[in-house]
Amino acid sequence: MACIEAHGLRKTFGTTVALDGVDLKIEEGRILGLIGPNGAGKSTLLNAALGLIPFQGDLKVLGQDPWTARDHLMRDVCFIADVAVLPRWMRVWQALDYVAGIHPRFDRAKAEAFLARTQIKRTSKVRELSKGMVTQLHLALVMAIDAKLLVLDEPTLGLDLLYRKQFYDTLLNDYFDHSRTIVVTTHQVEEIQQILTDMMFINHGRIVLNCSMEDFETRYTELNVRPENVAGARALGPINERQVLGRSIMLFDRADREKLASFGEVRTPSIADLFVAMMTEKTGQGAAA
Amino acid sequence: MSIASQSATVLDQQAGRQTAQSQSRPFYWSVRRELWEHRSIYMAPLIVAGLVLFGFLIRIAHLPEVVRKAEHASPIEQTLKIAAPFGIGTFAIVGVALIVGFFYCLGALYNERRDRSILFWKSLPVSNITTVLSKTFVPLVILPVTVFSVAIVTQLIMLGMGSAALSANGMSPATLWTHWPMLRMALILAYLLVVVVLWYAPICGWLLLVSSWAKSKAILWAVLPALGLCLAEKIAFDTSRLFSLVDYRLNGWMSEALYYRKGMDVSDQLAMLTPAHFFSSPGLWAGLVVAAALLAGAIWFRRNREPI
Repeated sequence: MACIEAHGLRKTFGTTVALDGVDLKIEEGRILGLIGPNGAGKSTLLNAALGLIPFQGDLKVLGQDPWTARDHLMRDVCFIADVAVLPRWMRVWQALDYVAGIHPRFDRAKAEAFLARTQIKRTSKVRELSKGMVTQLHLALVMAIDAKLLVLDEPTLGLDLLYRKQFYDTLLNDYFDHSRTIVVTTHQVEEIQQILTDMMFINHGRIVLNCSMEDFETRYTELNVRPENVAGARALGPINERQVLGRSIMLFDRADREKLASFGEVRTPSIADLFVAMMTEKTGQGAAA
Repeated sequence: MSIASQSATVLDQQAGRQTAQSQSRPFYWSVRRELWEHRSIYMAPLIVAGLVLFGFLIRIAHLPEVVRKAEHASPIEQTLKIAAPFGIGTFAIVGVALIVGFFYCLGALYNERRDRSILFWKSLPVSNITTVLSKTFVPLVILPVTVFSVAIVTQLIMLGMGSAALSANGMSPATLWTHWPMLRMALILAYLLVVVVLWYAPICGWLLLVSSWAKSKAILWAVLPALGLCLAEKIAFDTSRLFSLVDYRLNGWMSEALYYRKGMDVSDQLAMLTPAHFFSSPGLWAGLVVAAALLAGAIWFRRNREPI
Protein backbone atom coordinates (compact mmCIF):
# COMPACT_ATOMS: atom_id res chain seq x y z
CA MET A 1 0.00 0.00 0.00
CA ALA A 2 1.29 3.44 -0.88
CA CYS A 3 1.73 5.75 2.06
CA ILE A 4 0.17 8.73 0.32
CA GLU A 5 -1.73 8.48 -2.92
CA ALA A 6 -3.52 11.29 -4.73
CA HIS A 7 -5.43 11.52 -7.99
CA GLY A 8 -6.63 14.82 -9.35
CA LEU A 9 -6.23 16.51 -6.00
CA ARG A 10 -7.54 20.07 -6.14
CA LYS A 11 -7.91 22.80 -3.60
CA THR A 12 -9.05 26.36 -4.16
CA PHE A 13 -9.30 29.26 -1.77
CA GLY A 14 -11.83 31.59 -3.32
CA THR A 15 -10.46 32.24 -6.79
CA THR A 16 -6.92 31.20 -5.88
CA VAL A 17 -6.01 27.73 -7.04
CA ALA A 18 -3.67 26.23 -4.46
CA LEU A 19 -3.60 22.69 -5.80
CA ASP A 20 -4.34 22.18 -9.46
CA GLY A 21 -4.90 18.49 -10.07
CA VAL A 22 -2.09 16.79 -8.23
CA ASP A 23 -1.35 13.12 -8.87
CA LEU A 24 1.19 11.47 -6.69
CA LYS A 25 2.17 8.25 -5.03
CA ILE A 26 4.58 8.13 -2.15
CA GLU A 27 5.72 4.65 -1.25
CA GLU A 28 6.45 3.43 2.23
CA GLY A 29 9.99 3.79 3.58
CA ARG A 30 10.94 6.88 1.60
CA ILE A 31 12.21 10.26 2.71
CA LEU A 32 10.62 12.74 0.37
CA GLY A 33 11.62 16.36 0.07
CA LEU A 34 8.75 18.53 -1.08
CA ILE A 35 10.28 21.61 -2.60
CA GLY A 36 8.70 24.71 -4.03
CA PRO A 37 8.61 28.48 -3.76
CA ASN A 38 6.40 30.26 -1.26
CA GLY A 39 2.76 29.89 -2.20
CA ALA A 40 3.44 26.93 -4.47
CA GLY A 41 0.97 24.73 -2.62
CA LYS A 42 3.33 22.71 -0.41
CA SER A 43 1.59 23.46 2.84
CA THR A 44 -1.82 23.07 1.25
CA LEU A 45 -0.83 19.62 0.04
CA LEU A 46 0.43 18.65 3.48
CA ASN A 47 -2.59 20.14 5.22
CA ALA A 48 -4.88 18.15 2.98
CA ALA A 49 -2.90 14.98 3.70
CA LEU A 50 -3.15 15.67 7.43
CA GLY A 51 -6.91 16.15 7.40
CA LEU A 52 -6.67 19.83 8.28
CA ILE A 53 -8.51 21.09 5.20
CA PRO A 54 -11.14 19.66 2.88
CA PHE A 55 -10.18 19.05 -0.76
CA GLN A 56 -11.53 17.89 -4.09
CA GLY A 57 -10.36 14.76 -5.81
CA ASP A 58 -8.92 11.59 -4.44
CA LEU A 59 -6.49 11.47 -1.55
CA LYS A 60 -5.63 8.51 0.61
CA VAL A 61 -3.10 8.49 3.40
CA LEU A 62 -2.27 5.01 4.70
CA GLY A 63 -5.38 3.91 2.89
CA GLN A 64 -7.69 6.34 4.69
CA ASP A 65 -9.38 9.57 3.74
CA PRO A 66 -7.64 12.16 5.90
CA TRP A 67 -10.60 14.55 5.95
CA THR A 68 -13.14 12.10 7.29
CA ALA A 69 -10.80 9.99 9.43
CA ARG A 70 -8.30 12.52 10.79
CA ASP A 71 -8.43 11.48 14.43
CA HIS A 72 -8.03 7.84 13.54
CA LEU A 73 -5.30 8.50 11.02
CA MET A 74 -3.31 10.53 13.54
CA ARG A 75 -2.47 7.36 15.44
CA ASP A 76 -0.14 6.50 12.58
CA VAL A 77 0.86 9.96 11.46
CA CYS A 78 2.99 12.54 13.22
CA PHE A 79 3.28 16.13 12.24
CA ILE A 80 5.58 19.01 13.07
CA ALA A 81 4.51 22.32 11.56
CA ASP A 82 6.79 25.31 11.39
CA VAL A 83 8.23 25.40 14.89
CA ALA A 84 6.04 27.33 17.25
CA VAL A 85 2.84 25.33 17.47
CA LEU A 86 3.38 23.80 20.88
CA PRO A 87 1.03 25.68 23.23
CA ARG A 88 3.08 28.30 25.02
CA TRP A 89 1.37 27.85 28.37
CA MET A 90 2.15 24.16 28.57
CA ARG A 91 4.84 22.79 30.83
CA VAL A 92 7.18 20.08 29.59
CA TRP A 93 5.83 17.46 32.01
CA GLN A 94 2.28 18.34 30.98
CA ALA A 95 3.13 17.79 27.33
CA LEU A 96 4.56 14.37 28.21
CA ASP A 97 1.57 13.45 30.40
CA TYR A 98 -0.91 14.61 27.80
CA VAL A 99 0.56 12.81 24.82
CA ALA A 100 1.09 9.70 26.94
CA GLY A 101 -2.55 9.91 28.01
CA ILE A 102 -4.11 10.26 24.60
CA HIS A 103 -1.71 8.53 22.21
CA PRO A 104 -1.83 4.75 22.16
CA ARG A 105 1.55 4.47 20.44
CA PHE A 106 3.54 6.86 22.62
CA ASP A 107 6.59 5.47 24.41
CA ARG A 108 7.17 7.82 27.29
CA ALA A 109 10.54 6.35 28.28
CA LYS A 110 11.84 7.09 24.80
CA ALA A 111 10.75 10.72 24.99
CA GLU A 112 12.28 11.09 28.46
CA ALA A 113 15.54 9.58 27.25
CA PHE A 114 15.69 12.02 24.38
CA LEU A 115 14.91 14.99 26.63
CA ALA A 116 17.62 13.89 29.05
CA ARG A 117 20.13 14.65 26.30
CA THR A 118 18.94 18.26 26.11
CA GLN A 119 18.96 21.23 28.46
CA ILE A 120 15.16 21.18 28.73
CA LYS A 121 13.80 21.16 32.28
CA ARG A 122 10.68 19.17 33.07
CA THR A 123 9.06 22.11 34.86
CA SER A 124 9.70 24.75 32.18
CA LYS A 125 6.87 26.26 30.25
CA VAL A 126 7.11 26.17 26.47
CA ARG A 127 7.16 29.99 26.44
CA GLU A 128 10.33 29.92 28.52
CA LEU A 129 12.20 27.68 26.08
CA SER A 130 14.27 28.94 23.17
CA LYS A 131 13.02 28.25 19.67
CA GLY A 132 15.58 25.48 19.29
CA MET A 133 14.51 23.86 22.53
CA VAL A 134 10.82 23.96 21.55
CA THR A 135 11.73 22.07 18.40
CA GLN A 136 13.75 19.58 20.44
CA LEU A 137 10.76 19.06 22.71
CA HIS A 138 8.42 18.57 19.78
CA LEU A 139 10.87 16.18 18.18
CA ALA A 140 11.14 14.25 21.47
CA LEU A 141 7.36 13.86 21.55
CA VAL A 142 7.12 12.85 17.91
CA MET A 143 10.03 10.42 17.92
CA ALA A 144 8.53 8.55 20.84
CA ILE A 145 5.44 7.83 18.78
CA ASP A 146 5.57 4.68 16.74
CA ALA A 147 4.10 6.22 13.60
CA LYS A 148 4.17 5.16 9.99
CA LEU A 149 4.31 8.63 8.48
CA LEU A 150 6.06 11.72 9.74
CA VAL A 151 5.23 15.04 8.11
CA LEU A 152 7.57 17.97 8.66
CA ASP A 153 6.50 21.37 7.38
CA GLU A 154 9.46 23.73 7.64
CA PRO A 155 10.49 22.06 10.89
CA THR A 156 13.71 24.00 11.27
CA LEU A 157 12.51 27.46 10.25
CA GLY A 158 14.31 30.10 12.26
CA LEU A 159 16.69 27.71 13.96
CA ASP A 160 20.43 28.18 13.95
CA LEU A 161 22.70 25.84 12.04
CA LEU A 162 23.60 23.67 15.05
CA TYR A 163 20.00 22.92 15.91
CA ARG A 164 19.15 22.28 12.27
CA LYS A 165 21.96 19.81 11.86
CA GLN A 166 21.13 18.08 15.12
CA PHE A 167 17.48 17.90 14.13
CA TYR A 168 18.10 16.00 10.92
CA ASP A 169 20.87 13.85 12.41
CA THR A 170 18.57 12.73 15.21
CA LEU A 171 15.79 12.09 12.79
CA LEU A 172 17.95 9.94 10.58
CA ASN A 173 19.88 8.06 13.25
CA ASP A 174 17.26 7.54 15.95
CA TYR A 175 13.99 7.57 14.10
CA PHE A 176 14.05 6.58 10.49
CA ASP A 177 13.86 2.98 9.53
CA HIS A 178 12.59 1.56 6.28
CA SER A 179 9.08 0.95 7.48
CA ARG A 180 8.55 4.63 8.12
CA THR A 181 7.97 7.40 5.64
CA ILE A 182 9.04 10.99 6.08
CA VAL A 183 7.77 13.92 4.05
CA VAL A 184 9.60 17.17 4.61
CA THR A 185 9.35 20.67 3.21
CA THR A 186 12.08 23.21 3.75
CA HIS A 187 13.73 26.17 2.11
CA GLN A 188 17.10 24.96 3.29
CA VAL A 189 17.19 22.39 0.52
CA GLU A 190 20.95 21.93 0.49
CA GLU A 191 20.87 20.75 4.10
CA ILE A 192 18.57 17.84 3.45
CA GLN A 193 19.80 16.78 0.04
CA GLN A 194 21.95 14.07 1.61
CA ILE A 195 19.13 12.47 3.56
CA LEU A 196 16.43 12.39 0.89
CA THR A 197 15.53 9.30 -1.10
CA ASP A 198 13.03 11.17 -3.28
CA MET A 199 12.26 14.70 -4.25
CA MET A 200 9.29 16.51 -5.60
CA PHE A 201 9.13 20.03 -7.02
CA ILE A 202 5.83 21.78 -6.79
CA ASN A 203 4.90 25.09 -8.35
CA HIS A 204 1.60 26.85 -8.98
CA GLY A 205 -0.22 23.95 -7.41
CA ARG A 206 1.24 21.38 -9.78
CA ILE A 207 3.97 18.83 -9.45
CA VAL A 208 6.70 19.80 -11.87
CA LEU A 209 9.23 17.16 -11.00
CA ASN A 210 8.98 13.92 -9.10
CA CYS A 211 11.93 11.59 -9.01
CA SER A 212 14.10 9.48 -6.78
CA MET A 213 17.54 10.75 -5.85
CA GLU A 214 19.16 8.03 -7.98
CA ASP A 215 17.18 9.21 -10.98
CA PHE A 216 18.03 12.79 -10.17
CA GLU A 217 21.72 11.97 -10.11
CA THR A 218 21.71 10.13 -13.41
CA ARG A 219 19.34 12.48 -15.16
CA TYR A 220 20.75 15.90 -14.41
CA THR A 221 24.24 17.06 -15.10
CA GLU A 222 25.90 20.35 -14.33
CA LEU A 223 28.62 21.49 -16.65
CA ASN A 224 31.21 24.11 -15.80
CA VAL A 225 31.96 25.11 -19.37
CA ARG A 226 35.42 26.11 -20.51
CA PRO A 227 35.09 29.56 -22.14
CA GLU A 228 36.04 28.35 -25.60
CA ASN A 229 33.29 25.68 -25.57
CA VAL A 230 30.33 27.87 -24.59
CA ALA A 231 28.74 27.95 -28.03
CA GLY A 232 29.16 24.20 -28.51
CA ALA A 233 27.68 23.42 -25.12
CA ARG A 234 24.72 25.74 -25.72
CA ALA A 235 23.97 23.83 -28.89
CA LEU A 236 23.24 20.76 -26.75
CA GLY A 237 20.27 22.58 -25.21
CA PRO A 238 20.94 23.20 -21.52
CA ILE A 239 17.82 23.83 -19.46
CA ASN A 240 19.58 26.63 -17.63
CA GLU A 241 22.69 28.72 -17.86
CA ARG A 242 24.18 30.99 -15.22
CA GLN A 243 27.40 32.90 -14.80
CA VAL A 244 29.67 32.25 -11.84
CA LEU A 245 32.98 34.11 -11.58
CA GLY A 246 32.90 34.78 -15.26
CA ARG A 247 32.31 31.17 -16.27
CA SER A 248 29.18 29.66 -17.65
CA ILE A 249 27.53 26.92 -15.68
CA MET A 250 24.95 24.95 -17.63
CA LEU A 251 22.43 22.46 -16.46
CA PHE A 252 21.48 19.55 -18.67
CA ASP A 253 18.59 17.16 -18.52
CA ARG A 254 19.26 13.65 -19.82
CA ALA A 255 22.43 14.59 -21.58
CA ASP A 256 25.32 12.33 -22.46
CA ARG A 257 27.86 12.87 -19.67
CA GLU A 258 30.80 11.64 -21.73
CA LYS A 259 30.05 14.16 -24.41
CA LEU A 260 29.56 16.98 -21.90
CA ALA A 261 32.86 16.15 -20.22
CA SER A 262 34.67 17.23 -23.36
CA PHE A 263 33.29 20.76 -22.89
CA GLY A 264 34.34 21.22 -19.26
CA GLU A 265 33.96 19.83 -15.73
CA VAL A 266 30.90 17.71 -15.14
CA ARG A 267 29.17 17.10 -11.80
CA THR A 268 25.81 16.35 -10.24
CA PRO A 269 23.97 19.59 -9.55
CA SER A 270 22.62 20.47 -6.15
CA ILE A 271 18.85 20.30 -5.73
CA ALA A 272 18.96 24.01 -5.01
CA ASP A 273 20.50 24.76 -8.40
CA LEU A 274 18.05 22.58 -10.24
CA PHE A 275 15.25 24.17 -8.26
CA VAL A 276 16.33 27.68 -9.18
CA ALA A 277 16.77 26.61 -12.79
CA MET A 278 13.33 25.10 -13.04
CA MET A 279 11.53 27.87 -11.19
CA THR A 280 13.08 30.68 -13.23
CA GLU A 281 12.56 28.80 -16.45
CA LYS A 282 10.03 30.21 -18.89
CA THR A 283 6.64 28.61 -18.56
CA GLY A 284 5.79 26.00 -21.13
CA GLN A 285 9.33 24.71 -21.43
CA GLY A 286 8.39 21.85 -19.09
CA ALA A 287 11.64 20.19 -18.16
CA ALA A 288 9.73 17.55 -16.28
CA ALA A 289 7.67 16.61 -19.28
CA MET B 1 1.33 -9.46 -0.15
CA SER B 2 -0.38 -12.81 0.23
CA ILE B 3 -3.93 -13.06 1.47
CA ALA B 4 -2.79 -14.89 4.60
CA SER B 5 -0.28 -12.24 5.57
CA GLN B 6 -2.78 -9.53 4.69
CA SER B 7 -5.37 -10.94 7.03
CA ALA B 8 -2.68 -11.38 9.68
CA THR B 9 -1.88 -7.67 9.39
CA VAL B 10 -5.55 -6.81 9.65
CA LEU B 11 -5.85 -8.95 12.76
CA ASP B 12 -2.76 -7.30 14.23
CA GLN B 13 -4.21 -3.91 13.51
CA GLN B 14 -7.50 -4.82 15.13
CA ALA B 15 -5.75 -6.19 18.21
CA GLY B 16 -3.65 -3.06 18.38
CA ARG B 17 -6.74 -0.93 18.09
CA GLN B 18 -8.50 -2.71 20.92
CA THR B 19 -5.61 -2.38 23.36
CA ALA B 20 -5.17 1.17 22.20
CA GLN B 21 -8.72 2.04 23.10
CA SER B 22 -8.38 0.65 26.59
CA GLN B 23 -5.14 2.53 27.18
CA SER B 24 -5.76 5.98 25.80
CA ARG B 25 -8.33 8.21 27.42
CA PRO B 26 -8.74 11.19 25.12
CA PHE B 27 -11.68 12.76 26.92
CA TYR B 28 -10.17 12.54 30.38
CA TRP B 29 -6.86 14.00 29.23
CA SER B 30 -8.56 16.67 27.16
CA VAL B 31 -10.33 17.88 30.29
CA ARG B 32 -7.09 17.71 32.32
CA ARG B 33 -5.38 19.79 29.66
CA GLU B 34 -8.14 22.44 29.88
CA LEU B 35 -7.58 22.70 33.61
CA TRP B 36 -3.83 23.06 33.11
CA GLU B 37 -4.40 25.89 30.70
CA HIS B 38 -7.24 27.59 32.57
CA ARG B 39 -6.27 27.58 36.20
CA SER B 40 -8.79 30.38 36.78
CA ILE B 41 -11.50 27.70 36.69
CA TYR B 42 -10.61 26.81 40.26
CA MET B 43 -8.31 29.68 41.25
CA ALA B 44 -10.95 32.41 40.86
CA PRO B 45 -13.56 30.75 43.14
CA LEU B 46 -10.81 29.94 45.66
CA ILE B 47 -9.56 33.54 45.70
CA VAL B 48 -13.08 34.88 46.19
CA ALA B 49 -13.63 32.33 48.96
CA GLY B 50 -10.44 33.58 50.59
CA LEU B 51 -11.70 37.16 50.42
CA VAL B 52 -15.07 36.14 51.84
CA LEU B 53 -13.38 34.34 54.73
CA PHE B 54 -11.09 37.30 55.32
CA GLY B 55 -14.07 39.65 55.48
CA PHE B 56 -15.92 37.29 57.79
CA LEU B 57 -12.88 37.11 60.07
CA ILE B 58 -13.16 40.87 60.61
CA ARG B 59 -16.91 40.71 61.02
CA ILE B 60 -16.59 38.06 63.72
CA ALA B 61 -15.57 40.76 66.17
CA HIS B 62 -19.12 42.17 65.91
CA LEU B 63 -20.91 38.85 65.55
CA PRO B 64 -21.98 38.44 69.20
CA GLU B 65 -23.33 41.99 69.09
CA VAL B 66 -25.21 41.38 65.82
CA VAL B 67 -26.78 38.20 67.21
CA ARG B 68 -27.70 39.92 70.48
CA LYS B 69 -29.37 42.84 68.69
CA ALA B 70 -31.21 40.52 66.30
CA GLU B 71 -32.84 38.67 69.20
CA HIS B 72 -35.49 41.36 69.41
CA ALA B 73 -36.18 41.52 65.68
CA SER B 74 -38.72 39.47 63.71
CA PRO B 75 -37.58 35.98 62.61
CA ILE B 76 -37.17 37.11 59.00
CA GLU B 77 -35.03 40.07 59.96
CA GLN B 78 -33.04 37.82 62.27
CA THR B 79 -32.28 35.44 59.43
CA LEU B 80 -31.44 38.29 57.07
CA LYS B 81 -29.02 39.85 59.55
CA ILE B 82 -27.30 36.68 60.66
CA ALA B 83 -27.25 34.79 57.38
CA ALA B 84 -26.29 37.77 55.19
CA PRO B 85 -22.52 37.05 55.00
CA PHE B 86 -23.24 33.44 54.07
CA GLY B 87 -25.58 34.43 51.27
CA ILE B 88 -23.37 37.23 49.98
CA GLY B 89 -20.27 35.02 50.11
CA THR B 90 -21.93 32.23 48.17
CA PHE B 91 -23.35 34.71 45.67
CA ALA B 92 -19.87 36.15 45.09
CA ILE B 93 -18.37 32.71 44.45
CA VAL B 94 -21.12 31.83 41.98
CA GLY B 95 -20.85 35.26 40.35
CA VAL B 96 -17.13 35.03 39.70
CA ALA B 97 -17.61 31.52 38.33
CA LEU B 98 -20.13 32.88 35.81
CA ILE B 99 -17.61 35.49 34.66
CA VAL B 100 -14.84 32.91 34.45
CA GLY B 101 -17.14 30.58 32.52
CA PHE B 102 -18.07 33.35 30.08
CA PHE B 103 -14.48 34.13 29.21
CA TYR B 104 -13.50 30.49 29.19
CA CYS B 105 -16.11 29.69 26.54
CA LEU B 106 -15.16 32.69 24.42
CA GLY B 107 -11.51 31.66 24.36
CA ALA B 108 -11.90 27.90 24.27
CA LEU B 109 -11.86 27.42 20.49
CA TYR B 110 -10.48 30.83 19.59
CA ASN B 111 -7.14 30.96 21.40
CA GLU B 112 -5.92 27.67 19.95
CA ARG B 113 -6.43 29.04 16.44
CA ARG B 114 -4.80 32.34 17.34
CA ASP B 115 -1.61 30.85 18.77
CA ARG B 116 -1.64 28.13 16.08
CA SER B 117 -1.47 25.42 18.75
CA ILE B 118 -4.52 23.93 17.01
CA LEU B 119 -1.98 22.44 14.58
CA PHE B 120 -0.44 20.57 17.49
CA TRP B 121 -3.78 19.43 18.93
CA LYS B 122 -4.94 18.29 15.51
CA SER B 123 -1.75 16.32 15.00
CA LEU B 124 -2.90 13.99 17.75
CA PRO B 125 -5.58 11.30 17.61
CA VAL B 126 -8.31 13.29 19.35
CA SER B 127 -11.52 13.92 17.41
CA ASN B 128 -13.14 17.32 17.07
CA ILE B 129 -16.18 15.96 18.90
CA THR B 130 -14.09 14.90 21.89
CA THR B 131 -12.32 18.25 21.89
CA VAL B 132 -15.47 20.37 21.77
CA LEU B 133 -17.30 18.17 24.28
CA SER B 134 -14.38 18.37 26.71
CA LYS B 135 -14.46 22.14 26.34
CA THR B 136 -18.20 22.07 27.06
CA PHE B 137 -17.70 19.77 30.02
CA VAL B 138 -15.49 22.31 31.78
CA PRO B 139 -18.02 25.15 32.18
CA LEU B 140 -21.07 22.89 32.50
CA VAL B 141 -19.72 20.29 34.91
CA ILE B 142 -16.26 21.06 36.31
CA LEU B 143 -17.01 24.70 37.06
CA PRO B 144 -20.33 24.15 38.95
CA VAL B 145 -18.88 21.21 40.90
CA THR B 146 -15.93 23.40 41.85
CA VAL B 147 -18.24 26.24 42.85
CA PHE B 148 -20.35 23.88 44.94
CA SER B 149 -17.37 22.40 46.77
CA VAL B 150 -15.70 25.74 47.38
CA ALA B 151 -18.93 27.40 48.53
CA ILE B 152 -19.85 24.57 50.92
CA VAL B 153 -16.38 24.42 52.45
CA THR B 154 -16.40 28.21 52.82
CA GLN B 155 -19.78 28.10 54.54
CA LEU B 156 -18.59 25.36 56.90
CA ILE B 157 -15.48 27.35 57.81
CA MET B 158 -17.64 30.42 58.41
CA LEU B 159 -20.01 28.42 60.61
CA GLY B 160 -17.04 27.02 62.50
CA MET B 161 -15.46 30.43 63.01
CA GLY B 162 -18.81 31.99 63.98
CA SER B 163 -19.62 29.19 66.42
CA ALA B 164 -16.23 29.57 68.07
CA ALA B 165 -16.72 33.33 68.39
CA LEU B 166 -20.20 32.94 69.91
CA SER B 167 -19.08 30.22 72.33
CA ALA B 168 -16.15 32.36 73.44
CA ASN B 169 -18.68 35.06 74.34
CA GLY B 170 -20.80 32.62 76.30
CA MET B 171 -23.53 32.47 73.65
CA SER B 172 -25.03 29.44 71.98
CA PRO B 173 -23.68 28.76 68.48
CA ALA B 174 -27.00 27.09 67.64
CA THR B 175 -28.45 30.47 66.54
CA LEU B 176 -26.04 30.47 63.63
CA TRP B 177 -26.95 26.94 62.55
CA THR B 178 -30.69 27.56 62.74
CA HIS B 179 -30.43 30.68 60.61
CA TRP B 180 -28.09 29.01 58.12
CA PRO B 181 -29.31 25.40 58.00
CA MET B 182 -26.28 23.90 56.31
CA LEU B 183 -27.73 20.76 54.81
CA ARG B 184 -30.75 22.53 53.41
CA MET B 185 -28.61 25.35 52.04
CA ALA B 186 -26.33 22.83 50.34
CA LEU B 187 -29.36 21.24 48.73
CA ILE B 188 -30.64 24.63 47.54
CA LEU B 189 -27.23 25.58 46.15
CA ALA B 190 -26.96 22.26 44.30
CA TYR B 191 -30.44 22.75 42.86
CA LEU B 192 -29.75 26.31 41.75
CA LEU B 193 -26.44 25.31 40.17
CA VAL B 194 -28.15 22.56 38.18
CA VAL B 195 -30.86 25.02 37.16
CA VAL B 196 -28.41 27.70 36.06
CA VAL B 197 -26.20 25.24 34.18
CA LEU B 198 -29.12 23.77 32.23
CA TRP B 199 -30.71 27.16 31.64
CA TYR B 200 -27.47 28.76 30.46
CA ALA B 201 -26.37 25.77 28.32
CA PRO B 202 -27.48 27.53 25.08
CA ILE B 203 -25.51 30.63 26.10
CA CYS B 204 -22.49 28.40 26.62
CA GLY B 205 -23.16 26.81 23.22
CA TRP B 206 -23.43 30.22 21.58
CA LEU B 207 -20.16 31.43 23.10
CA LEU B 208 -18.38 28.25 22.01
CA LEU B 209 -19.78 28.63 18.51
CA VAL B 210 -18.57 32.22 18.25
CA SER B 211 -15.26 31.09 19.70
CA SER B 212 -14.90 28.42 17.03
CA TRP B 213 -15.87 30.73 14.23
CA ALA B 214 -14.71 34.31 14.91
CA LYS B 215 -11.54 35.46 13.21
CA SER B 216 -11.08 38.31 15.68
CA LYS B 217 -12.86 40.13 18.51
CA ALA B 218 -14.84 37.12 19.67
CA ILE B 219 -16.38 39.07 22.53
CA LEU B 220 -17.96 41.61 20.19
CA TRP B 221 -19.35 38.87 17.96
CA ALA B 222 -20.76 37.17 21.01
CA VAL B 223 -22.62 40.18 22.37
CA LEU B 224 -23.27 42.76 19.66
CA PRO B 225 -25.43 40.77 17.20
CA ALA B 226 -28.10 40.12 19.84
CA LEU B 227 -27.97 43.75 20.93
CA GLY B 228 -28.11 45.00 17.35
CA LEU B 229 -31.05 42.77 16.43
CA CYS B 230 -33.01 43.92 19.49
CA LEU B 231 -32.35 47.51 18.51
CA ALA B 232 -33.30 46.91 14.87
CA GLU B 233 -36.55 45.26 15.91
CA LYS B 234 -37.37 48.16 18.19
CA ILE B 235 -36.76 50.66 15.41
CA ALA B 236 -38.46 48.67 12.66
CA PHE B 237 -41.56 47.40 14.45
CA ASP B 238 -41.48 49.20 17.76
CA THR B 239 -41.75 45.81 19.44
CA SER B 240 -39.31 44.13 21.79
CA ARG B 241 -39.94 40.42 21.31
CA LEU B 242 -36.26 39.65 20.78
CA PHE B 243 -35.38 41.60 23.85
CA SER B 244 -37.86 39.62 25.92
CA LEU B 245 -36.36 36.45 24.50
CA VAL B 246 -32.86 37.50 25.57
CA ASP B 247 -34.18 38.64 28.92
CA TYR B 248 -36.01 35.33 29.39
CA ARG B 249 -32.83 33.41 28.66
CA LEU B 250 -30.82 35.50 31.11
CA ASN B 251 -33.35 35.73 33.96
CA GLY B 252 -36.16 33.31 33.15
CA TRP B 253 -34.73 30.50 35.29
CA MET B 254 -35.69 32.42 38.42
CA SER B 255 -39.39 32.38 37.64
CA GLU B 256 -39.25 28.82 36.29
CA ALA B 257 -37.26 27.26 39.13
CA LEU B 258 -38.32 29.32 42.12
CA TYR B 259 -41.64 30.39 43.57
CA TYR B 260 -42.22 33.27 45.91
CA ARG B 261 -45.39 35.01 46.89
CA LYS B 262 -45.71 37.88 49.33
CA GLY B 263 -46.47 36.79 52.83
CA MET B 264 -45.13 33.31 52.21
CA ASP B 265 -43.45 31.53 55.10
CA VAL B 266 -39.83 31.96 54.07
CA SER B 267 -38.49 29.90 56.95
CA ASP B 268 -39.19 26.85 54.82
CA GLN B 269 -36.82 27.66 51.97
CA LEU B 270 -37.33 24.32 50.26
CA ALA B 271 -40.97 25.21 49.61
CA MET B 272 -39.73 27.95 47.29
CA LEU B 273 -38.10 25.48 44.91
CA THR B 274 -40.21 24.24 42.05
CA PRO B 275 -38.19 21.51 40.34
CA ALA B 276 -41.25 19.88 38.79
CA HIS B 277 -42.22 23.16 37.17
CA PHE B 278 -38.67 23.84 36.05
CA PHE B 279 -38.06 20.45 34.50
CA SER B 280 -41.32 20.58 32.61
CA SER B 281 -40.86 24.12 31.32
CA PRO B 282 -40.64 24.34 27.51
CA GLY B 283 -38.05 27.09 27.92
CA LEU B 284 -35.63 24.61 29.43
CA TRP B 285 -36.00 21.95 26.76
CA ALA B 286 -36.05 24.40 23.87
CA GLY B 287 -32.85 25.87 25.29
CA LEU B 288 -31.20 22.45 25.46
CA VAL B 289 -32.12 21.69 21.86
CA VAL B 290 -30.65 25.02 20.78
CA ALA B 291 -27.55 24.29 22.86
CA ALA B 292 -27.08 20.94 21.10
CA ALA B 293 -27.44 22.62 17.69
CA LEU B 294 -24.93 25.33 18.60
CA LEU B 295 -22.44 22.73 19.83
CA ALA B 296 -22.83 20.78 16.61
CA GLY B 297 -21.99 24.03 14.82
CA ALA B 298 -18.94 24.52 17.00
CA ILE B 299 -17.75 20.99 16.17
CA TRP B 300 -18.21 21.70 12.48
CA PHE B 301 -16.16 24.88 12.72
CA ARG B 302 -13.49 23.16 14.83
CA ARG B 303 -13.05 20.81 11.92
CA ASN B 304 -13.11 23.42 9.16
CA ARG B 305 -11.49 26.52 10.56
CA GLU B 306 -7.80 27.13 10.18
CA PRO B 307 -5.33 29.01 12.35
CA ILE B 308 -5.79 32.78 12.25
